[in-house]
This record gives sequence, C-alpha cells and structure tokens, in this order.
Amino acid sequence: MTLDASSLKMVQGTGRRLSRADRSKGASIALHATLIVASIIAVFPVFWVLVTSLKPDARAVEPTPKLFNESSLDNYTRVLSGEKGDFLAWFGNSVLIALMTTVIGVFISATAGYAASRFRFPGKRGLMMSFLLVQMFPFAVLIVPLYNILIALGLNGTSLGLVLVYCTTAVPFCTYMLKGYFDTVPGDIDEAGRVDGLSPFGVFWRLIMPLAKPGLAVTAFYAFLTAWGEVAFASAFLSAADESKTLAVGLQVFVQQNRTEWGHLAAASILVAIPAIVVFYLVQKFLVQGLASGAVKG
Amino acid sequence: MAEVSYVKASRVFSGNPPVRAVDELSLEVADGEFLVLVGPSGSGKSTALRMLAGLEDIDEGAIHIGGKDVTNVPPKGRDIAMVFQSYALYPHMTVAENMGFALKLRGVPKPEIKAKVEEAAKMLDLQKYLERKPKALSGGQRQRVAMGRAIVREPSVFLMDEPLSNLDAKLRVETRANIAALQQRLGTTTIYVTHDQVEAMTMGHRVAVLKDGLLQQCDTPRALYDRPANAFVAGFIGSPAMNLKTVPITSEGAKLDGVIVPLSRDAIAAAGGLDEVTFGIRPEALGIVPSSEEGMDMTVELVEELGADALVHGAVKIGDSSQRFVVRVDGRTPPTLGQHVKVAVRDTTEIHLFHPESGERLEA
Repeated sequence: MTLDASSLKMVQGTGRRLSRADRSKGASIALHATLIVASIIAVFPVFWVLVTSLKPDARAVEPTPKLFNESSLDNYTRVLSGEKGDFLAWFGNSVLIALMTTVIGVFISATAGYAASRFRFPGKRGLMMSFLLVQMFPFAVLIVPLYNILIALGLNGTSLGLVLVYCTTAVPFCTYMLKGYFDTVPGDIDEAGRVDGLSPFGVFWRLIMPLAKPGLAVTAFYAFLTAWGEVAFASAFLSAADESKTLAVGLQVFVQQNRTEWGHLAAASILVAIPAIVVFYLVQKFLVQGLASGAVKG
Repeated sequence: MAEVSYVKASRVFSGNPPVRAVDELSLEVADGEFLVLVGPSGSGKSTALRMLAGLEDIDEGAIHIGGKDVTNVPPKGRDIAMVFQSYALYPHMTVAENMGFALKLRGVPKPEIKAKVEEAAKMLDLQKYLERKPKALSGGQRQRVAMGRAIVREPSVFLMDEPLSNLDAKLRVETRANIAALQQRLGTTTIYVTHDQVEAMTMGHRVAVLKDGLLQQCDTPRALYDRPANAFVAGFIGSPAMNLKTVPITSEGAKLDGVIVPLSRDAIAAAGGLDEVTFGIRPEALGIVPSSEEGMDMTVELVEELGADALVHGAVKIGDSSQRFVVRVDGRTPPTLGQHVKVAVRDTTEIHLFHPESGERLEA
C-alpha cells in the first residue's frame, strides 16, 4: 500500500470538525428548523400556562384559543390574597420543606458519598446496590410502611416527618451522584490536606466540599425538586388542615369535582414555578464550572 | 530539624499471600541530611516515604522523628511537609492561600503568614503569581508552588515523592540543582524518592537502593558506584548500566571469549570453590584496542553517539552463547556498524565480582 500527500489530506479533511462555513445551505435550514421545532415543543406548554393565567376562568378554555381575552392580573391578586385558600402559607410550607430536604439530604449524601468514594469498608458494595434497588420501588408501595414508621416516630403530620420521607428518595440518588463526583477529585489532595494538618473531617469539609461544588449544585437542585413538586407523600403525611398544606397539595382546591378554575390554577402554577427557576438559576453557573482542573498536573 | 530513623519498619498489604511492600526497613537519617530512596517501580520506595508521612500504616517495627516514636501519630502531628508527584495543590485556593494553608490551620496570625509566604515566594521566584489559581500556572510553576507550600511550614523533615517526574527534561535538570541548593541553604532533613538514578546520584548525600521492599544498600553516591554491595545495585546505579555477565573462573582470572582477564588474588580467594562468577565491568572501564593486542572479539551492533563520547553495543561470545556488551569510547572516532573490534579491560581494579546465585559482592 502506498500513501501519498493527497490521500493524507483527505483523511485530514474528514477528521476535522465541521465548522459553520462547511455546512451546505440545505443542511443549515434543516438543522435550524429542527432546533426551532424542538424549542417550541419544550417552551409552548409553559407559555400557554402563562397566557391562560391572565384570563378569567370562564375564558380560559375556548373553542378558538386567543392570546388575549379579557386578560388581567386578577387571578394573581386573588390567589395571593388567600381568597381561594391560604396560598402564602402553602408557599411557606413548601419552601421550608424543600429547603430542609435540600440541606439535610445533600449533607447526608455528601458524607455517605465521600465515605463510599474514599474508604474501603465491609458492606460497601451491598450498600451501593441497595441504594440502586430502593430507587425502583413505586411511591404508592412505600406510603403505607412509611406512614407506620412516621407514626412510630411521632412525626406523623409534621414537616420534619415529610422532610425525612423526601430524604429517603433523594439521598440514595444523590449519594450515587456525589460518589461519582468525589471520585474525580484526586486522592492526593486529601493526603496533602492531612499532611498540612487537617483532620479527616476537615479534609472533607474544607477541601473536598469546595471542590465538589458543581456536583453539590446538581444534587441540591435534584433534592429541591424532589420535595418541591411532590403530591402523593405530601397529601398522605401532612395533616389535613389548610394551613399545613404544601403548594402541590393546595393547588388541588382549584380542581373541583364539577368545575376547574383554569385561570386560577394557571396563575398559581406560574407562582409555583418561580422558586424552582430561581434555584436553577442560582445553581446553573456551577453546573458548567470545572473546578477540579489544575489540581494536579493536567 | 530532626533526625529520622526506621526501626525494622514493615508495611504488609493483605492478600494471598500477603505482600510485604516494605520489609523490615532499618535506616538512620542524620539531622540535615539529604537522603534519596531509589529503586525500580514496585520497590516500595514510595510506600516507605508514605509510612514516614503517616499516610500508610506501619504494620511492624517503628519510625522515629527527632528521637520521638511517631509510629501511631497521625500525619498532622509529625511536623513534616510533603511534595507530591502530582503536586496536589488545592485548586480552589490561590498560590498564596495554598502556601499559607498549613500555617492558617495552626492559627498563625495573618501578617506573619503573609510575611512567610512572601519570603518563600521570593526564594522560588513566585512573587508575580501569588494571586493566581493553580490552573493558571505552568507545570514548572506548580512544582515550585508545591515546594513553597512545604518550605513555608518550616517542618523538621521534607518528604518528596518524585517531585520532578512531571517536568520536561531540561526543566528537570534545572530544578534538580535548585532543590539541592535550597536544601543546602535551609539545612532541613530531606527524604527524596525517585526512580531516576541520575537524580539519586546528583542530589543525595546518601542514597538508599530498594528492591522488592528490601533495602539493598545505603551509602554515598560515590561508594555505591565504586563498591556496589550486590549485582542489583551494580546494575541499577550508573548509566549506561554495568555489563554483568556470568563467566567461568579459573585460578588466573575470569575467562571471557578465550581471554583470561586477570583478577587480584583476593578476588580469586573470595570466589574460592566457585566455577562461575557474575563478572561486572562498567562501560567506561572497557576500551577498544588495536587488533594486534589481546582482547575480546566484538561485532558492533549499535553505536549511540552522545557528543563527547559514544556508546558501542556489540556481541561477544562467552562460552557457547553470544552476550551483549556496552563500551564507552571517544565520541570522535567511533567504530562503524558491523565492524569487528577488539575490546579489552582498561583497568583491572574496576572489575566487580558477584556470587552467581545470591548476587552478593565477592571481595575480601
């Protein structure tokens, strides 16, 4: 077989990444059309909820949908004023429960994930396997046993009880995520820290946690969402009193047996989505940050 | 500043059979000494260093630092500083924070930390980079930060685990000299691990050669080179490696390719009763002689020209088999490939004899 300059060039040409200039016009149009359609599919439902939230209940579902029809902020004022149920109390409950789940869940998973990443101990494989297994149970199966446990603990109907229940779903997944993240932080850093005078917990807290910020951000976001939008556990474990409901449970007042208050439901949904968006916004800058680079020769 | 001693210290990794990574190591390092631990990969040199750092358990024996038994003391209580092969800088801290971290943990006042960090930075030419993060530094600069982090602590012992192996060849030679000079200036006891015997020879006051977890020999570089304790040390120290061949021995000397290389009476007495010995001679103790003189016939197989001199690799018949020898010759007139030359021992005092089985040095 012989190789000449032109055949080498060919190989080089195909090996290079395609740049914008190399793409044909037809390909460009097809690509952008696909991207636009995909974006619309993703964004439109949220957009329509926003549109609906501004219309009165009677105008929310129409034979010929219009963007604006007697639109105003009335739905928002009525939802926030507590006319339809103590919305602000639900909101407060949800924020408290979601934040507690995030803090407790991430702390437990970080310590567990670090142990699983760095130490060898009997039962480690079994532990990690069981974390995977418990993810596979449907929520409905868990409600009765968890209810019994909460009663035994005297936490039935309390926010703390619900936080613990959410942690049982969040912690296994987050532990897996964080173990994977801690594995990417070189063990030499732990050792350097110990030689520099840190205790084993000090190494974890002052070196590994700051380096794992991107991983922690993702798990925090996951833990927050686990608690924020959940309905089944919240309706089963919280007391029936209106002021102790979470948002997801409270929203059900807008959906009654005979009629649905679409406009109010949409307005409340938008208000519910805002904190989730805020958390995502706070967290997203960590999602792209490669903090561990530069630690060792790279 | 302190002396260090290993007292029959062992590290045994569980397994079947258990692996004795470091086997009853006994070693005394004097205050202010620069000791190099050298050996091939898997020889236990890094494990020995990590035992001293407290990062590896000491399963048997003990380790003393400054006369104090530290066998069960955690790393932070040992007053040591370590430079890692990967540098292990803290990526989320600036250079200054990296260097001052240990002092901060000890509760040293901020102005004092700042002064010490600046002093070390000046020594290492790092002043310009104090506010940078490690990822914005080159490999050589990171290496210096790792050194700086150790210096700032003013520990009683420096531990260095192959700190130069990630640098390019030129920078390595430069940094090698800098580290040796720095150690001289600070006068801190230093234990330095490397697999590079040139580093070991040029930097260490003394060099300890390890193999399979066992200490082979610990002596000054000169003594290791001139009087290796066994065939392993002889082959490991020196570049290119010593020619080590098993040859028959007679009452007059060693028999190579029909030529009898005369040996001293002491040497023959030490080999008493043996038919064969491991005969060692360094490439520079061999030379090419005119064909009229007595010598071994060698066919040149490879010539490596190094500038000042050249290394000639060739085959010599010993008994029935053909053996490779390396000869160091003048760089300007090397033989050509395939040429037949005569090789003779230039200096019979440079011959090393070892036991053919145990590898121990045979000498009175």
